[in-house]
Amino acid sequence: MAPLRPVSAEEIESLAIGAWILGTGGGGSPYLALLNMRALYRQGAVVSLIDPLDLADDDLVAVVSNMGAPLVGQERLTDPRTIARAVTMMEEYLGRRFRAIMSLEIGGGNAIQPFMAAATLDRPVVDADCMGRAFPEAQMTSFAIHDLCMYPLMLVDVRDNAVVVARAASWKWMERLSRTACVAVGSIAATCKAPRTGKEVRECGILYSTSKAIRLGQTVQAARRAHRDPIEAIIEAERGQLLFTGKIADVARRATEGFMRGTARVDGLGDCRGQRFALAFQNEFAVGWLDGAPRVMTPDLICVMDTVSGEAIGTETLRYGQRVSVVVLPAPPILLTPKGLEHVGPRAFGYDLDFKSVFA
Amino acid sequence: MRRIGIDVGGTNTDAVLLDGDMVVHAVKTPTTADVTTGITTALCELLAAVAPAGPIDAVMIGTTRFTNAVVQRRDLTRVAAVRIGLPASASLPPFVDWPEDLAALVRGEVVMLEGGHEYDGQPIVPFDETGMRDAARRIQSAGITSVAIASVFSPLNAECETRAAAILRQGCPDAAVTLSHELGRIGLLERENATLLNAALVGLARQTTNAFTEALRASGLAAPLYLTQNDGTVMLAATAQAFPVYSFASGPTNSMRGAAFLSGLSDAIVIDVGGTTTDIGSLRRGFPREANNVVDVGGVRTLFRMPDLLSLGLGGGSLVGDDPLRVGPRSVGYRLVDESRVFGGDTLTATDVAVAAGLIELGDRRRVADLPADLVKTVLARIHATIEEGVDRMKTDAREEPLIAVGGGCFLVPERLPGVSEVVHVRHQAVANAVGAAIAQVSGEVDQIFQNLTRDAAIVEARRIAEQRAVAGGADRATLQVVEVEDLPLAYLPGNSLRVRVRVVGDIAERRGLASMTRETR
Repeated sequence: MAPLRPVSAEEIESLAIGAWILGTGGGGSPYLALLNMRALYRQGAVVSLIDPLDLADDDLVAVVSNMGAPLVGQERLTDPRTIARAVTMMEEYLGRRFRAIMSLEIGGGNAIQPFMAAATLDRPVVDADCMGRAFPEAQMTSFAIHDLCMYPLMLVDVRDNAVVVARAASWKWMERLSRTACVAVGSIAATCKAPRTGKEVRECGILYSTSKAIRLGQTVQAARRAHRDPIEAIIEAERGQLLFTGKIADVARRATEGFMRGTARVDGLGDCRGQRFALAFQNEFAVGWLDGAPRVMTPDLICVMDTVSGEAIGTETLRYGQRVSVVVLPAPPILLTPKGLEHVGPRAFGYDLDFKSVFA
Repeated sequence: MRRIGIDVGGTNTDAVLLDGDMVVHAVKTPTTADVTTGITTALCELLAAVAPAGPIDAVMIGTTRFTNAVVQRRDLTRVAAVRIGLPASASLPPFVDWPEDLAALVRGEVVMLEGGHEYDGQPIVPFDETGMRDAARRIQSAGITSVAIASVFSPLNAECETRAAAILRQGCPDAAVTLSHELGRIGLLERENATLLNAALVGLARQTTNAFTEALRASGLAAPLYLTQNDGTVMLAATAQAFPVYSFASGPTNSMRGAAFLSGLSDAIVIDVGGTTTDIGSLRRGFPREANNVVDVGGVRTLFRMPDLLSLGLGGGSLVGDDPLRVGPRSVGYRLVDESRVFGGDTLTATDVAVAAGLIELGDRRRVADLPADLVKTVLARIHATIEEGVDRMKTDAREEPLIAVGGGCFLVPERLPGVSEVVHVRHQAVANAVGAAIAQVSGEVDQIFQNLTRDAAIVEARRIAEQRAVAGGADRATLQVVEVEDLPLAYLPGNSLRVRVRVVGDIAERRGLASMTRETR
């Protein structure tokens, strides 16, 4: 079996930058998870990555995420013990030990959650996730698109509450049941999703997304060091496109049903002067309109970044007056299949639009 | 309209008198240890030079004392941090992302208690009042005089913070208390950081504003006293002293707005070389470019709206050491006129090196004649390289831009820099800060909960109130502009409740006839 690859403290820093960009406005800022990792590494922890192809068919993999509204995550700060407890309670429930831990979504703070659990429990992290970005709901994963089993799910909060969703009739039901539990405990909870086998991860996961996020972060860091435009560097490295530059003119947000929903208006600056860009989000940016016409939509990755620093801006940190660039990056191919679009296309978010990729 | 702008820096106290758009007179005097004497001296010189003294409409003071205190890690009060929110947020305690040297100075007691609220206003767990009473006793017996209290979701429900403050006042009646919901918004760590910084500065703030008030009285001025804030606006001194963090970046904001005013340029890089620090910022349409989101103050993350600035520990008063070669960040500050070589002292400063190199005439040049030419060259090269790197970092595109050099130490700026079209020097450059303070605007802010209104209607109503407050604070209605709109839905309250924050700013209206008179006879 191939050796595990230890992840350095510097790579964790890069991962945080890359994951925040892939978060497409949601997933929550990785900063707090990063602070936890810094503390864990200072105490001597070193987490290793395992290549998904090195998993045995019947190895059991824990898929973890911090679930809830990003805004709540800014007040109730993520804690390694909570996510680790979701994993150990699932092990108790199953009566089996997990070989490794993987991320539900590589976008945002959830890219680092498996590292927090792994450092606490001394297990490797699988170099993969099942979104390739961030999405707000349980059925919006490559595992769901492949119709894998969606239960059981373990949800724990900081108060020693724990909920098992033992069975669910569908992914949508799993989303509805777990979301209800999540809202009940304050719209933030640590979850261990349906356990996956090594075979399932290899065949249905989005592979090597962890190392991709690390590389993306390294691209931004290198551009900054060289005084190059980090946004240009990202677009070049990821074959993305710049859609709009402007200034945030209005943000309307509402926290409903455990999500952060809302809209933002961007007034054009520079080449875009006189034009307007509108963004709609449900945790993540879902659709963008240029002067009223749909210009970009999920699952293409809609990233809003600080025009100067290239730092990603989350839907919860959008503010009036910010100078932003709207960039689009390509989505993993599985999301663009007809079955994929059923799960994560614009209609899945309530927009009556036929998906058209910016890259088509 | 006649306004006096004063900038109290770590090294110099500058004062200007502006009549409308004209700089009538400017003076520069050393900052004194007691602050008061320096301001009184500056005011006396200023008023003596512009006889006959007419009415003065307002006095605006900007100061870098608070930022300097954090950057230089001095004059800080030890703080007790009270975090209410356990069992949530336990792994990231107060000071978790502070630089260790600063935390070591400020961190007194750290208390984490059960309590706090959910996003919907429900308690996370009941507030641990017994724990708070114990904490108050510990804080009292540790002799800590300033306390920062931050509770989870306090911007939505401040109950735990106000209750904790009440318990604290029983146990420690003399402690200064900073509550996080009065300072910040959602984002526990950043709000708590701002609260901790504010608490660390309240002692210095009280002492400083008292000194300002005393100086005005001693100069016989009866005009209202304002302190300038981070966003180029002013606050009455009495209000400002409880919230020194709002004045954090006022120095650089003032110098950049002053540089724009004096140069007539609206787009440029501005470098302000003071006695202790150098600030580099970017001027866009006459205003400093603002930093997005998180702002680093002395290495601490906060969420203030501030100009996007690079601060370097380099100035005219910077200490120079030759083995190993070092320039700053320690500075003789206001003791430049006593301690630097050219002024008869025996501390080698950046100013001494500049005099030796013939960049400026100051003090007694003979007293630096013995400096080895090699040392002068190496030190200057180091200073120039530091400045070049800083300017380069603040430039946002490859196109050449003008660089406006202001501040008492601007002789340290090289005449040619890569990426700079020209280095612009302006008249009164040495007092750009004070000019910026004098042209500061008045703001009006509202931050309250509106019920049973649509979002649009609530914002319109909030704006109306903010405008009314700005006008009451002395703003000219015709010049009012909205600079901040933020709304937060409060799902737990009935009737479509929305917390709306709106901030407007405008120029100070003329107050002709409205007394605020003159000086007494001397």
